[in-house]
Amino acid sequence: MSEKIWVYIDQVKGTAHPASWEALGAGLILAEKLGGGVTALVFGAQAAEIANDVFQHGAVEVLYADDPTLADYRAEPYTSLLTGLAKEASPEVIILPTTTRGREMAAMAAIDLNTGVMPDVTAMEIENGRVVVTRPVYAGKLFAKAYCEANPQLITTRVRSFPKAEADPARSGSPKQVAPVMGEDQIPSKVMGYTQATGGVSLSDAGVIVSGGRGVSNNPALSPPAGMDEKQAEIWKAQEGFKLVGDLAGVLGGAVGASRAAVDAGYIPYEHQVGQTGKVVSPDLYIACGISGAIQHQAGMRTSKVIVAINKDPEAPIFRMARFGVVGDLFNIVPALSEAFRQRMGK
Amino acid sequence: MKIVVCVKQVPDSAAKVVVEDGKATWGDAPLVINPWDEFAVEAALVQKEAHGGEVTVVTVGEEASKEALKHALAMGCGEAVLVSDLALVGADSQAVARVLAAAIQKMGEVDLVFFGRQAIDGDMGVTSIQTGRALGWPVLSLVSVISNLDPAGQVIRVERSTEEGRQIVETKLPAVVNVVKDIGEPRYPSFMGIRKASRATIPTWSLGDLGIEAPASAVKWPELENAPVREVQTEMISGDSPQEIADKLADKILAEKVL
Ligand SMILES: Cc1cc2nc3c(=O)[nH]c(=O)nc-3n(C[C@H](O)[C@H](O)[C@H](O)COP(=O)(O)OP(=O)(O)OC[C@H]3O[C@@H](n4cnc5c(N)ncnc54)[C@H](O)[C@@H]3O)c2cc1C
Ligand SMILES: Nc1ncnc2c1ncn2[C@@H]1O[C@H](COP(=O)(O)O)[C@@H](O)[C@H]1O
Repeated sequence: MSEKIWVYIDQVKGTAHPASWEALGAGLILAEKLGGGVTALVFGAQAAEIANDVFQHGAVEVLYADDPTLADYRAEPYTSLLTGLAKEASPEVIILPTTTRGREMAAMAAIDLNTGVMPDVTAMEIENGRVVVTRPVYAGKLFAKAYCEANPQLITTRVRSFPKAEADPARSGSPKQVAPVMGEDQIPSKVMGYTQATGGVSLSDAGVIVSGGRGVSNNPALSPPAGMDEKQAEIWKAQEGFKLVGDLAGVLGGAVGASRAAVDAGYIPYEHQVGQTGKVVSPDLYIACGISGAIQHQAGMRTSKVIVAINKDPEAPIFRMARFGVVGDLFNIVPALSEAFRQRMGK
Repeated sequence: MKIVVCVKQVPDSAAKVVVEDGKATWGDAPLVINPWDEFAVEAALVQKEAHGGEVTVVTVGEEASKEALKHALAMGCGEAVLVSDLALVGADSQAVARVLAAAIQKMGEVDLVFFGRQAIDGDMGVTSIQTGRALGWPVLSLVSVISNLDPAGQVIRVERSTEEGRQIVETKLPAVVNVVKDIGEPRYPSFMGIRKASRATIPTWSLGDLGIEAPASAVKWPELENAPVREVQTEMISGDSPQEIADKLADKILAEKVL
């Protein structure tokens, strides 16, 4: 049974996280070099529904598990299933996407399987039959090469770093069902529910991100509703400012990001923070509005393909990494830019 | 409640880190407690204040990492332990996790262990999860809210930040928790706290004290290099009106073919 390269397809309720196709893409490239194909694993409610999709994306074998104990992701039953299968079949490499789940499972699996984990890798090559990965360290200031002496070599691929496996409708196969290894009474955690997701495009896999910083809060043309104290008025103004940022993101089909200063001041929830203590993103286009470009902010966005900076201070460090810069008032430039794109993109 | 916090010492987030002779260097930038771990210390102190008990802070590192422990003591932790052993030079995350697990076991009767989400030097984000697994305890990662903690009933309920929103999970103690920023802004060390920390004697435990051999490390790091310099030629866009600037900028962005 099974190939020497395994890829975990992270899926929720019958929809694969897009980063899973990148992990599979990375696995297929390795398989080409090491010989053989890719065995893919899909766990959770409605896992079988995407098995066909996984075959079309190039896996030669699909192992899936769907069981009430796996309905919601929980680290323990998911990892134990993965490592139980791996103990039987001894794959050489297991690749997971660096989603919250993928990182967690890879980390735990390293303990179960007495091996090492190399999370968040941006490149892989083969040397002497081992996978040598590249991973950014020190917030991307340095790049480290790493390899794992034991098998399976556990790797998680950084989101948007590998080409997605392409689907070919001509490919198909029959998935093999595998059984969970933990009964409900052995699983310590219970999922009690979910609170509202923040909606919109998720930051980590967005192709376009428009971000706002402290600068979005000081539009002198606005007068806040009566009865607000100074702090409330500041937040109200900032939220008006973020509407402009959000409008531009909406026109471009992108997500809204923010600096820590904007998050700490209460302008926007933490989920939007980009940077060292927020999310690390790598979109094709990153537009920074009213963000100075502190080193900790850069840590989260420096690998964006095209960076655009709109800032009224010509000395702002963000300009040094920008492909295009506008020295000006974001309250004029950002709405004008939304309008310009609306015209050009026929919206 | 017996609470442990695991912290690491790292170069300051603003440090200019470069490679010299194959090693990471940061000039005279200070070494500080990992910023994520300040949130973990805060979370531990909040739970201690609510439920009573003690908080012990622990790190695996060199003698110099006592400074990170002192920061945590100054914030309000009661005890600190340094785990240090020459055999741990070059240890990978999984080996460090096994050492932390052994140290936590030696402390005995621990209910809850707090970690930061990730250390900003190696950016691994796995040590907490691996320590929990090595202990055989449930792991709650990316926790933004502790909504209920019942030391008598030995249960904890949290909200975890995931891609799809917040997952509400309940689990049994003892457990391992790694926290994200939403858990609450870390407090500043008090003047009294700083004085107390500067006088504290911090015990050092060797692997022998833990009763273990150095766990094998599987991951090797053969090469370190500076990140490739971002080659950008910045083009400043100007014009007589916001519309003119916006039109030019939109055309330029479209010409980059990233949309
Ligand atoms: C441990 C640590 C971790 C950190 N992590 C992060 C992180 O994850 N993410 C992060 O972003 N930061 C982080 N920071 C904070 C970082 O150092 C900066 O303080 C922060 O990024 C500044 O945010 P800002 O650019 O919005 O604000 P500022 O630096 O105040 O910049 C605001 C900018 O807006 C411009 N501006 C004002 N009004 C206008 C206008 N009308 N039109 C156009 N431009 C205008 C100003 O010229 C200025 O450049 C961290 C710091 C530390 C110490
Ligand atoms: N050497 C260490 N000693 C104690 N705690 C550590 C150590 N390394 C990492 N940690 C903890 O594990 C978390 C994640 O670290 P990492 O997996 O290295 O990103 C950190 O935020 C710390 O809480």
